[in-house]
Amino acid sequence: MPHDHPDHGGISPSGHPYRPDQDGPLTEAQALEIAVRELLIEKGIVTAGEIAAAIARMDARSPAVGARIVARAWTDPAFKARLLADGSAAAREMGADIDALKLVVVENTPDTHNAIVCTLCSCYPRTLLGLPPDWYKSREYRSRMVREPRRVLAEFGLHLPPNVRVRVHDSTADMRYIVLPARPAGTEGWSEEQLAAIVTRDCMIGVAVPRLPG
Amino acid sequence: MDKSWHDMGGDPAGPVIPAEHDFALWEKRVDALFMLTTAKGLFTVDALRRVLEDMGPEAFETMTYYERWITAVNRNLIEAGVYSTAELAAKIAEVKARGADYGTASLGGGDG
Repeated sequence: MPHDHPDHGGISPSGHPYRPDQDGPLTEAQALEIAVRELLIEKGIVTAGEIAAAIARMDARSPAVGARIVARAWTDPAFKARLLADGSAAAREMGADIDALKLVVVENTPDTHNAIVCTLCSCYPRTLLGLPPDWYKSREYRSRMVREPRRVLAEFGLHLPPNVRVRVHDSTADMRYIVLPARPAGTEGWSEEQLAAIVTRDCMIGVAVPRLPG
Repeated sequence: MDKSWHDMGGDPAGPVIPAEHDFALWEKRVDALFMLTTAKGLFTVDALRRVLEDMGPEAFETMTYYERWITAVNRNLIEAGVYSTAELAAKIAEVKARGADYGTASLGGGDG
């Protein structure tokens, strides 16, 4: 079967570049992936359907899942209390798929800003935000976020006043953090849907804060 | 005791480059293979990390994230006795003989 090479101009519909290796010559890692996958299928360990279902589940996980939870917390104080007390249980209440992870929700307040990192690898609240961006897994972010978070946040365009305390949470394989941003002024009377629309992935990592459109 | 290279917290490093990309199908498949084989008890997330950490800082700098992951998944599956290195070598040769890009090297044009 011929391989389709669409002319995408180098930019995906989401505005992110494709990796250059997506349509290029077969790499060693790609050949290994195909080989491992086919051996697992031939041995009856996984089915092609299970792999497709796992990818569909992955694709369904996006920051929109986390944003709905944040918007609910902003509009329902009882839910927010449950979310802060037991993040996993409250996220499940919203229909989010949490697997076996312990989810800890850390709340931004007028005097404290929170951010998350995984200094050892790439642990991330992927069930609520999707797969982590490349920079989250980079040496630069992992190394510096725990030593000079204010400077790193400034590189993301987030300049915090000196009186705001910065708390950085280092994730583990079994425990994931997510930031509950502060609801911005000027959003009084907004619907949950309107609120969710201003809660970006970066707000829930803690390298940004929600901004009103325009 | 010196810390291991992967324990990067606090190390000096340059500016964070805000790079990101949409994951390619082969990358998502690596993730799916890891999730499914660990869910079936063939190895654990700690075993994945043990291989990733043993691969060392050079692999971290020269290979992409899912290139390292498929290497670590493969090593664990061989250690678990799921297939032999000879079976793997034969399969890789078969895959490469099919075509020069991912789509043609995959059965069903990359969709199957």
